[in-house]
Amino acid sequence: MSTAVATPPRAPLAPLTTGPRPPLAGRVIKIVIAYAVLILFALIYIYPFLIEIATSFKTGADATAHPLSLVPSTWTTQESFSQLEGVNFPRWFTNSVVVALFVTVGRVFFDSLAGYALARLHFMGRRAINGAIIAVMAVPGVVLLIPKYLVLVQLHMYDTYYGMIIPLLADAAGVFIMRQFFISIPVEVEEAARIDSAGTFRLFWSVVLPMARPAVITLTILSFQGSWNEFSYFLVARGSPQLNTLTTGVASLLSGQLGAGNQFPLKLAAALLMTIPTAVVFFVFQRYFIRGASAGAVKG
Amino acid sequence: MSATRSRGGIRGREGIAGWLFITPVVVILGLFLLLPIIVAIWVSISDWSGKGSPLNASFIGASNYETLLVKPGLSQQDLGASLRNNLYYVILVVPIQTVLALFLATILNARRLKGKGFFRTAFYFPSVTSSVAIVTVFLFMFTGTGVVNQILSWFGIHGPNWFNDPRGVLRLILSGLHIVNTDNPPGWLTSHGFLGMSWYDWLSGPSVAMCALIILAVWTTGGTFMLMFLAALQDVPDDVVEAATVDGATRWQIFRSVTIPALRPTLFLVITLGLIGTWQVFDQIYLTGQGGPAKTTLTPAFLSYQAAFGDFKWGQGAAIAFILFAIIVVMTIIQRIVMRERKTLPRRRRFGTAAPAGTENTTMAASSTGGSR
Repeated sequence: MSTAVATPPRAPLAPLTTGPRPPLAGRVIKIVIAYAVLILFALIYIYPFLIEIATSFKTGADATAHPLSLVPSTWTTQESFSQLEGVNFPRWFTNSVVVALFVTVGRVFFDSLAGYALARLHFMGRRAINGAIIAVMAVPGVVLLIPKYLVLVQLHMYDTYYGMIIPLLADAAGVFIMRQFFISIPVEVEEAARIDSAGTFRLFWSVVLPMARPAVITLTILSFQGSWNEFSYFLVARGSPQLNTLTTGVASLLSGQLGAGNQFPLKLAAALLMTIPTAVVFFVFQRYFIRGASAGAVKG
Repeated sequence: MSATRSRGGIRGREGIAGWLFITPVVVILGLFLLLPIIVAIWVSISDWSGKGSPLNASFIGASNYETLLVKPGLSQQDLGASLRNNLYYVILVVPIQTVLALFLATILNARRLKGKGFFRTAFYFPSVTSSVAIVTVFLFMFTGTGVVNQILSWFGIHGPNWFNDPRGVLRLILSGLHIVNTDNPPGWLTSHGFLGMSWYDWLSGPSVAMCALIILAVWTTGGTFMLMFLAALQDVPDDVVEAATVDGATRWQIFRSVTIPALRPTLFLVITLGLIGTWQVFDQIYLTGQGGPAKTTLTPAFLSYQAAFGDFKWGQGAAIAFILFAIIVVMTIIQRIVMRERKTLPRRRRFGTAAPAGTENTTMAASSTGGSR
């Protein structure tokens, strides 16, 4: 059987794609089963989000009595969206936007600079830094929560916007992604521009970076998503409620005993609103996400 | 070589540019990654109390580690409980999510399927949403009278009060089968133990609350790994599959002897990432029960946070973090060895069954493409 693979003449290629076909009825059944399984799983994956949306328009009592129903008994935002301002939600949203914006721009810029240097420029210690970047990627993030807090306090950056933004401005995985990309593009274009004696930064900014568009978009999306969803770091980097981002803010809703009842419509409305920006970015740039999934794999 | 030499003239300038380009990243990672690690090592072996600079604290050796690992007491018990909980979490999440991801990817990879994009998006979307948002939804779905229990009631099952139920699942099953009497547990299990917990407690299984978290983890991360498998499946060589089909191999035989070997590098990646991720579980623990009910969802990552920020035992917190780090390193190494052995074993055994000649090359090709990605 093992030798059969080597049999040379395989002329009729077309029908071979499926091999000897099973009887039609069998194939139909298989397809039906495949769809049934996929639809079942799609329901399991989508229904929670539908419940999230529906519950945001219910009253607390309605949500408790009919958790499964996707149609509110009475449509209302009285116990959900209307309550958001009272819990300082707009402030959290603004903070999240500010942090995500700065972190995304910073990461894309600094990571691609460093990635380019590591891929192309010759300088002393390049190999050591390369190794260090890869080593740093292997350190599990949760392990560093306490030490990061300690350093922030020592640098007088604890509980400030600086402390929430600056440490996130560069990440090893992003540098690695950019470096891999720069290595993969041909060096000739740069060589040509170099002969024109363009400065290294100008060369990078106006020749190399535009060529790296797909990688830059992937990194932009990963950085935005990463900083928008970041939770544990903001938990230790700040203490005052004024600096709550959406993640830590909604977390305080989950643990806090504000007012009466379980407040599920309010919590789910807040969760829904914080999901929307990522959802929009996801649906617009889906193919970059999917590319990033394997690239970001290194990130762990 | 010649290329380097031709640049010799501007090499000095290039060197300066190189350092200018890399400096921001080096400074940020140095200050907020490397320095913290060094500070944490020091804090874990010093008596720093949280006040003033850690540099003024004095050296106390491995005392924090001793309190956690050797000395009987609450700290040791908590670490033991957290390790037990996380171990069950890892043992269940990693295999289930890997199998689920591979299963979904295999179905989605079928040629004549319509709406692939839709299903792919549906399965992947939870991976890009914030853990906080997802936990919020799960807290709502897993209440005593919530969505999940309503669905269970259709089948006549009276669902538990998920996030508030500390009962160990293994113990529930065994007592349900009348193998173990929970009112009178076997003495040979209760009288001995490890890390401050009796073997009876070690063998309780994950609590019902932890099971809800396990479901959450599988549901959330399955999609990411499905995408990785899907990408790898496209690299499975069609001609080998064709040849095997012509030879009359069944679907299952093809899957076992062609697909799985070709997917090995991805499988390795998925399991490694799974191991690293599950040992670090923190967000979900913080957001659901903060280790409760009855410490059955406590994990080392959360315990480390709680020791430092809750009880102000900074040294202990840092020590737990390093113990966790060591566990992750050891687990990854063990997994690497196990997977490597598997790579050689079946090849020797596979005399009679289908052993396509292309297998070896495929694996190598897949591993090289997998590595570059």
